[in-house]
Amino acid sequence: MDDHTDNWGLRESATFDRNSIREIQRAADTGIYDIRGFGAKRKVPHFDDLVFLGASMSRYPLEGYRERCGTDVVLGDRFASKPLHLDIPVTIAGMSFGSLSANAKEALGRGASAVGTSTTTGDGGMTDEERGQSRTLVYQYLPSRYGMNPKHLRMADAIEVVLGQGAKPGGGGMLMGQKISDRVAEMRTLPKGVDQRSACRHPDWTGPDDLAIKIEELREITDWEKPVFIKIGASRTYFDVKLAVKAGADVVVLDGMQGGTAATQEVFIEHVGIPTLAAIPQAVQALQEMDMHRKVQLIVSGGIRNGADVAKAIALGADAVSIGTAALIALGCNHPRWEEDYKRIGSAAGFYDDYHAGQDPAGISTQDPELAARLDPELAGRRLANYLRVITLEAQTIARACGKSHVHNLEPEDLVALDMEAAAMARVPLAGTGWIPGQGGV
Amino acid sequence: MKTISLAEHSVREVNQLLHDQARELTEPHWRITDHDGRHALACGLDQAIAVDIDGHAGYYCAGMNQQATVNVHGTVGVGVAENMMSGRVHVHGNASQSAGATAHGGLLVIDGDAAARCGISMKGVDIVVGGSVGHMSAFMGQAGRLVVCGDAGEALGDSLYEARLYVRGSVESLGADCIEKEMRDEHWAELRELLAQAGFEADPADFRRYGSARQLYNFHVDNADGG
Ligand SMILES: Cc1cc2nc3c(=O)[nH]c(=O)nc-3n(C[C@H](O)[C@H](O)[C@H](O)COP(=O)(O)O)c2cc1C
Repeated sequence: MDDHTDNWGLRESATFDRNSIREIQRAADTGIYDIRGFGAKRKVPHFDDLVFLGASMSRYPLEGYRERCGTDVVLGDRFASKPLHLDIPVTIAGMSFGSLSANAKEALGRGASAVGTSTTTGDGGMTDEERGQSRTLVYQYLPSRYGMNPKHLRMADAIEVVLGQGAKPGGGGMLMGQKISDRVAEMRTLPKGVDQRSACRHPDWTGPDDLAIKIEELREITDWEKPVFIKIGASRTYFDVKLAVKAGADVVVLDGMQGGTAATQEVFIEHVGIPTLAAIPQAVQALQEMDMHRKVQLIVSGGIRNGADVAKAIALGADAVSIGTAALIALGCNHPRWEEDYKRIGSAAGFYDDYHAGQDPAGISTQDPELAARLDPELAGRRLANYLRVITLEAQTIARACGKSHVHNLEPEDLVALDMEAAAMARVPLAGTGWIPGQGGV
Repeated sequence: MKTISLAEHSVREVNQLLHDQARELTEPHWRITDHDGRHALACGLDQAIAVDIDGHAGYYCAGMNQQATVNVHGTVGVGVAENMMSGRVHVHGNASQSAGATAHGGLLVIDGDAAARCGISMKGVDIVVGGSVGHMSAFMGQAGRLVVCGDAGEALGDSLYEARLYVRGSVESLGADCIEKEMRDEHWAELRELLAQAGFEADPADFRRYGSARQLYNFHVDNADGG
């Protein structure tokens, strides 16, 4: 509500705020739940609620530009004969061709490859564009198995078994009919134009014991070369991570509730799952108890925006982070240059989240050839590479200030929290105290 | 024919030998013995070879098969021929859950019964079952054909896309959006052909056809205010 004097005396309800009222009206109009992209929009405890304790008398900092501060990471050396070697600890998360245009997928590959990191396929299979442009490509193995085939499995550098996503733990996927173009339909073996649902459970295994056998099969098919990741949405993270390790994961990918999505019910995005901040210490505890921390690598995603977030996730125990939304924004999503077009479809630059609708003015979350042509994959790839370099430099800046010669040397001891919720979730002391609230439970 | 005993070799060694055939074909016919029902036998093959597996096999036998002909002389565990692309897998016994799950092509023949979720998310494979299939079979089946000479369990073809289902016996219940459909000439013909390929002598006239009502293809919105 703006502060104009005309509005004095008009009091907005904290309970029935404008968004709630609008949603009731929208539901009454259409009879269908709200579907959108992006991640959770409500405020939850996050990395912003943590700060680093820079070095001073009791700790020795490293020189900002000259002294070495490593950023490389090895992923998947537990069982795979060909683990991934990445130059930076920031990877590109799985986003499907279908939800994204072929140009966007290509741009993600170009940007990631330019800085020595990996990108990931998504629901709907592997495209030539992204395989061609991605030095290191992780192949998602999802419940739908759309477009899944052994040829692509062998062409991939790693396999990511997707159990869930932070935006919707326990949910399947959807791709609305307007995005099922001929090419998408063919790749997924579906009729054109259907509102496509992706299953929420894998079709041929149920519990962790079966998953262990499934992973054995995937390893057999690919001759034990490729690292096998298991991706989970953050909910009962402590137990899920233990079971993932038991099932034979080389790498656990943990996606918190702020994690982006291409199309999910709003009620799901905002009300299911736990914040990234709360999930990391649970995962790390599980790994440590199994003596697997840093042996089974942990990749964290869900709301990573800048180098501080990267450094904080790593300090809490992650080996790397993964980005979805931020990568799309770097490519050009929500850019003010398309302001007029956003307005025309009832949105605005900085607010656009209707990825499911396929009308993305920036040409990223669309299958419309004209819109998709707006994204120059080479230029967008360079923008992504720039952004990845910046957040890596930022993470290094922080690591050096904390006296670390490698970002992986950051540790929880370098962090304090600004409020009690974050202190309890991240399991670091409230700033200025030695107090970590909530200790004693899982 | 080359016989490999799993009393002397590991699953890894056997699969590697079979995978090597994709690079250079040295032996067209293999026999696997003494495997004690191990998992992931003969999976990921990509060569026109024949593999005979003696006795009961574990999970994901012949998974993701391409080109090869695999005969299992016994029962199989979960996910036989899952995601098969081409070739032929024949189980001379019963199959556990998720037989032929998500398979894109080829022919899966099961002489006995198949448990729940037979042909789940099938994407083009043909599956012919001599006996009955369990509940949720052909769930979200996208393409391909499932022929059941016995009965089908609950919720057959739930959320079906374009897969075609033929059942000779009773159907305990049809899943959401799955309906009985008329048998036209092309259906008699394809059914006759599938039965012949599988080597079954059932009479096509005894079968009924089921498919998608296509009512769930799009979310229905009631624009109550006309907007
Ligand atoms: C457009 C879009 C498409 C996505 N598609 C998939 C997918 O196919 N499979 C998957 O596991 N996750 C998918 N995700 C989730 C991402 O892999 C990742 O978990 C999430 O974006 C991370 O959070 P962030 O967006 O805050 O960085 C998608 C996310 C977006 C934004």
